[in-house]
Amino acid sequence: MSILVYTESENGKLKKAAYEVASYAKGIADLMGTSVTAVTVNAENVEELSQYGVDKVLKVSSDKLSKFNADAYAEVITQAAKKEDSKVVVISQSANAKYMAPLLAVDLEAGYVSNAVKLPTLDEGFNVERTAFTNKAFSMTSISTDIKVLGLSNNSYGLKENESSLTQEEFFPELTDENFGITVESVDKNKDKVSIADAEVVISAGRGMKGPENWGMIEELAGVLNAATACSKPVSDMGWRPHGEHVGQTGKPVATNLYIAIGISGAIQHLAGISASKNKVVINTDPEAPFFKAADYGIVGDAFEVVPQLIEKLKEFKANNS
Amino acid sequence: MKILVCISHVPDTTSKINFVDNDTKFDTNGVQFVINPNDEFGLTRAMWFKEKQGATVDIVTVGGKDTEPTIRKCLAIGADTAYRVDTEPLDGFQVAKELAKVAKDGEYDLVIAGRESIDYNGGMVPGMLAKLIGANFINTCVSLDIEGETATAVREMDGGKETIKTSLPLVIGGQKGLVEESDLKIPNMRGIMMARKKPLNIIEPLSSKTHTEAKSFRKPEPKGEVTLIDADNLDELIDLLHNEAKAI
Repeated sequence: MSILVYTESENGKLKKAAYEVASYAKGIADLMGTSVTAVTVNAENVEELSQYGVDKVLKVSSDKLSKFNADAYAEVITQAAKKEDSKVVVISQSANAKYMAPLLAVDLEAGYVSNAVKLPTLDEGFNVERTAFTNKAFSMTSISTDIKVLGLSNNSYGLKENESSLTQEEFFPELTDENFGITVESVDKNKDKVSIADAEVVISAGRGMKGPENWGMIEELAGVLNAATACSKPVSDMGWRPHGEHVGQTGKPVATNLYIAIGISGAIQHLAGISASKNKVVINTDPEAPFFKAADYGIVGDAFEVVPQLIEKLKEFKANNS
Repeated sequence: MKILVCISHVPDTTSKINFVDNDTKFDTNGVQFVINPNDEFGLTRAMWFKEKQGATVDIVTVGGKDTEPTIRKCLAIGADTAYRVDTEPLDGFQVAKELAKVAKDGEYDLVIAGRESIDYNGGMVPGMLAKLIGANFINTCVSLDIEGETATAVREMDGGKETIKTSLPLVIGGQKGLVEESDLKIPNMRGIMMARKKPLNIIEPLSSKTHTEAKSFRKPEPKGEVTLIDADNLDELIDLLHNEAKAI
């Protein structure tokens, strides 16, 4: 029996979230007195997982799995969980993991808890805290099934170094045509930009920017901080920015280390979507903007004056601290 | 084409969230309930299929009598028939099992659900439902076209989008983008009058078992005061972000 963790990769390289879910799986393994097995798909270099408590890696290499396919990937992890007799399976909360998780849970007849933010407690059953009501609350949720699937909310547990000696094993799951009911025709991914899900820093802007033509400085600031760009709901509704950048209750949730909101007043739905972020900075001309009540640091000022100066100051800071 | 739209009855996005009974239950006092926003985009897309391609559109919800104003709104928007599985939704798996029975009995070609409900945010019902009925599944769907038995969809992923081809029967987890917000249907008086005459069928539940239970709730700790920084002193902000917040 071991804790199974699915460690995601992109272009053969493990993602940062992979190390976070591995850290979390190690935390559970310590609670349950067992080991951690990771399953990877088409990842080339997996040694670094040993820094985060992984004891064994099941390496799957398959051209058929070169593009993410939720049903096929769920089947891979199901077979890995059965092989390892895993009672707990840990995944991230990337868009792909969230897509796959319910299929995996049905395959394994497992209870699934998404958006987990803490290690489970095991004294009275198996209970885990998760976010609910779009980050406006937390729920302590118990899982009653023999096998449990946990989706760890991004950036909620962090990376915990925990050296182990790693063994690697090639794993050959059996996949049938039934696992490939959908065909990915094309992928349109912005390779030059950091995605909101992977970002440590998100720069978000709202109606205060006055028009889409003014986003140049937002992009520039994001470039300096290696950040993703995001926006408020009215901005995406007006078509200034793509829907995929809309942050909030009906958009994307953001749980980053730093969230900088520029020209966003702070509607309750937006604040709910970003409340899991650790540090929030707001720049707004209106000192009464509700965002100031939710922020850690605030600047009352005109974005068109503050942001260019901030870019220059940050460039200087980066040059002196690199 | 027969379409089933799964509707979740959720607190309005502006609702204050409180709990009662020793923090074990959501406090519905004074809360306005609405169609789950992700489901509303799906319902409007279903209406497009009805108007342009002659589909029939049924809706289903799992819940008590209190959900009926939400169901009537869906009928007023243009759904043909409504089903209410008469049981309290307890967890995603139980809801998916109940919905799967309705979907299977009705032999639907397309089942549209929201990618998640904005209350419990489990994000599992559409996928579980698809698996339980053996249908293809596309999550975070932002565009959907159907010709004959073939569906072409666009799915949002982290940092981009992908275009997918698949066949019916299909379940999607839809969201904003499936239709524009400005195209969302608002019931008119004629629709509201007609909705009164449309069938609302009450279905006995399977009494499906649950896999999880929300035992208690808590609200986040209150936040401290914002540190205001003079717009002419951005060095201070950088210093705080570097030394205090350890964020840069």
